[in-house]
Amino acid sequence: MRTLGVLLEKEFLQLFRDPFMPKMIVFFPILVMLIFPWVATLEVKDVRVTVVDQDNSSLSRLISNEIEHSAYFEFQEVAKDYDRALLRLEEDRTDAIVSIPAGFEESLLKGSPKKISISANAVNAVKGSVGSQYLTQITGSAQQEFLQEKGIQGLSVPEVTVTNRYNETLVYRNYMIPALMIMLLILVCGFLPALNIVNEKERGTIEQINVTPVKQSVFMLAKLIPFWVIGLVVVAISIFTSFILYGLVPSGSWLEVFLACMIFIILMSALGVVVANYSSTMIEAIFLMFFVIMIFVLMGGLLTPIESMPEWAQYFTFILPSRYFNTIMRATYLKGASILDLRLEYAALAAFGLIFGLLAAITYRKRS
Amino acid sequence: MSTTDRAIVVRGLTKRYGKQLAVDHLSFEVEHGEIFGLIGPDGAGKTTLFHMLTTLTTPDEGTASILGKDILKDIRAIRSSVGYMPGRFSLYQDLSARENLQFFAALFRTTVEENYDLVAPIYSQIEKFQDRKAGHLSGGMKQKLALSCALIHRPSMLFLDEPTTGVDAVSRGEFWEMLQRLKEQGITILVSTPYMDEASLCDRIALYNKGRILGIDTPEGFRRGYDAPLYAVSAERMYELLNVTRGMPGVRECYTAGSVHHLVGTADFRPEEYSEALAARGFSDLVIRPIEADVEDVFIKLMHNDPLQ
Repeated sequence: MRTLGVLLEKEFLQLFRDPFMPKMIVFFPILVMLIFPWVATLEVKDVRVTVVDQDNSSLSRLISNEIEHSAYFEFQEVAKDYDRALLRLEEDRTDAIVSIPAGFEESLLKGSPKKISISANAVNAVKGSVGSQYLTQITGSAQQEFLQEKGIQGLSVPEVTVTNRYNETLVYRNYMIPALMIMLLILVCGFLPALNIVNEKERGTIEQINVTPVKQSVFMLAKLIPFWVIGLVVVAISIFTSFILYGLVPSGSWLEVFLACMIFIILMSALGVVVANYSSTMIEAIFLMFFVIMIFVLMGGLLTPIESMPEWAQYFTFILPSRYFNTIMRATYLKGASILDLRLEYAALAAFGLIFGLLAAITYRKRS
Repeated sequence: MSTTDRAIVVRGLTKRYGKQLAVDHLSFEVEHGEIFGLIGPDGAGKTTLFHMLTTLTTPDEGTASILGKDILKDIRAIRSSVGYMPGRFSLYQDLSARENLQFFAALFRTTVEENYDLVAPIYSQIEKFQDRKAGHLSGGMKQKLALSCALIHRPSMLFLDEPTTGVDAVSRGEFWEMLQRLKEQGITILVSTPYMDEASLCDRIALYNKGRILGIDTPEGFRRGYDAPLYAVSAERMYELLNVTRGMPGVRECYTAGSVHHLVGTADFRPEEYSEALAARGFSDLVIRPIEADVEDVFIKLMHNDPLQ
C-alpha cells in the first residue's frame, strides 16, 4: 500500500507538472460540449422545396401552404411543369420536388387517391432522405386535415404518423450529448494511459522501475488510478456544461450515470494497457488505439443507429463494449431508465471490464 | 565451491533474438568486492547480458545466480539487493534531481537520509542543482544522479551498463574514482564499457564479443600473456603504409591505433628487413619501435584467433 502511495504521488506530481494535461482535462470536455452538439447533428432544416401543382385544387393549395409554413422547409415556388422543376433540382437551386398530379383532389374524394411524387436530391443523403420523410409526413397530414374539414370519414389516406418519443422535441443535440461523453471517455481513459505507459517504455524509465521490488500490478494500478479520477472529473464537467448550455440533465439517476461511466472508464483504461503492452513506440500505440477507437465509435451506435447497419455488422456490435455503454447512457440520460431496466447492458459492460482487466494482466506478464 | 562464495555465477547463459544469438552459452564468475569489467564493442550483447542478470529478461538457456540467488526463482530478492544503471539515462526527466532520488529511495522502502552517507560523495557534486529537472541536467550530472539513484537503497551489487558512454574525459576519470570508493565500501561492481582504456581500471576483465567471452584475466595478466612481437609503425603517408604493411612477409596483421599503426609480427619477423623493404618502396621516413601490448591489442589478437568470430 505504501508503495502504491509513493507511485501515485509521483504520477500526480508529473500530471500537474505537465504544462498541457491539467488544462486539457478541464477545457477539453467544455469545448467538446460547446461545439460538437451543434456540429455533429443529423438534423435537417431549411430544405428548399419546389411544388409542382398540376391539380390546382383546394387540396393542392393546402399542401403547398403547409409546406410554406413548416420550419423545416424553405418554400420556393409553385411550378407548373415538372421538367422545369427537375432542371432546378439538377442545378442545385432546390433540394426537393413535390409533384401533385392533375385530378388529385378528385381521386382522393373518390377513394382511390393518385400518388404524390416526391423527388429529392440525395447527393447529401441525410438531407435527401430525412427531407423526403418530412415531406411524406406533411403531405399526408394535409390530406387528412382536408378530409376532416369536408367531414368525410373512412376514406383511405396513406397514414403516416411518427411520434418522436423520449426526445419529443426531436432535438438531435440531446441525442448526441451522451454519445459525445462516451467519446470523451474513450479518448481520455483509453488513449492517455496507453500513451503514458508507452512513454515510460520509450524513455526507458519502466526499466528502472522493473529492477526495483515494486510489483507490476501495483505499478499498473498507480498508472491507471489517476486516469480513473480524471475520467470522472471529465464526466462531471461534461454533465455540468451540457446542463448550463443546453439545460439537459440526466432524466434517470445521476448515480447510475456515474456508475456506468466508472465501469466504462476502468474497462477503457484496461484496454489502454493492452494496447500499450503490444506497442513499443508511441506511433504504434497511437495507430493501434485509433483503430480501436474508430471501431468503438463508428460501430458502437454512437453516430448512426445499429439497426441501420448490415446484419453481419449488427452481430459484430455485440462484442463492442461501447454498444452497451451507449445504450445505458442514452437510456439513462434521455429515457430515465434505471439500472434494473438495463441490467443486461450493465452485466455485459462489467463482463467486458473483467475480460479487458484480465487481458491487461496477462499481456503485461508476457513482456517481462 | 558453492555458488554463494561468488557474487555472480553464470553457467551457459544463452539468449536468442530470432535466429541471432545475442548471448552465446556464456559462463563466468565474479568475486565479491571486485570491479569486473565487461569489455567489448557496441553490439557485442552486453546489454542483453545485463538485462538477464538484473531479471529484466529471461534467458533461453542456462542459469545464473547473483549473490547466491537464482535469476529465475529469486527475482524479488535480487531486485532488492542490486542496483542497476542502464546505458541510457532512464530517470524521470520531468521530476527534479531530488524528487528522483526520493522516489527511488521510497520504492525500496528507505529514505534518502538513511543512506545519504553512501551517495554523499557523488550526490554532493550535483546537490546545488537538485531542484532542477533531471532532463535539464548536463550529461555528467545526469550520470551522477543515475548512479546516486542506483545506490540509494544500499545495494551489495552494482550493474553499470556503459556508464561512461557520451561523457567527457574528465567526468569519466571522476566516475572511475567514485567506483573505486564504492568498491572500498564492499560493493561488487559489474561494469561494461566499449572503451579499452577503462579496462585497466578494473580488477578483472572479460573480453567480450558477439555474445561470447574471448578471455578473462586481470588487465596486467592480459598484457603479460601477449606473446607475439608487437611494433608501432608510422610514416608520412599513413594510409598507404597500412596497405603496404599488410602485404609484407612476416606480418600477421596491422591496424590503426591512434596516431600510429600497430604491427603484429610472426615469430620470424625481422624489423630491419621490414624497414629496408619499405624504404625501397618510398617510405624513407618510416619509424618502427617495439611496444608493450595494451588491452586493445589483446582484444584484437583474441578476436582473430577465435574460430567463431
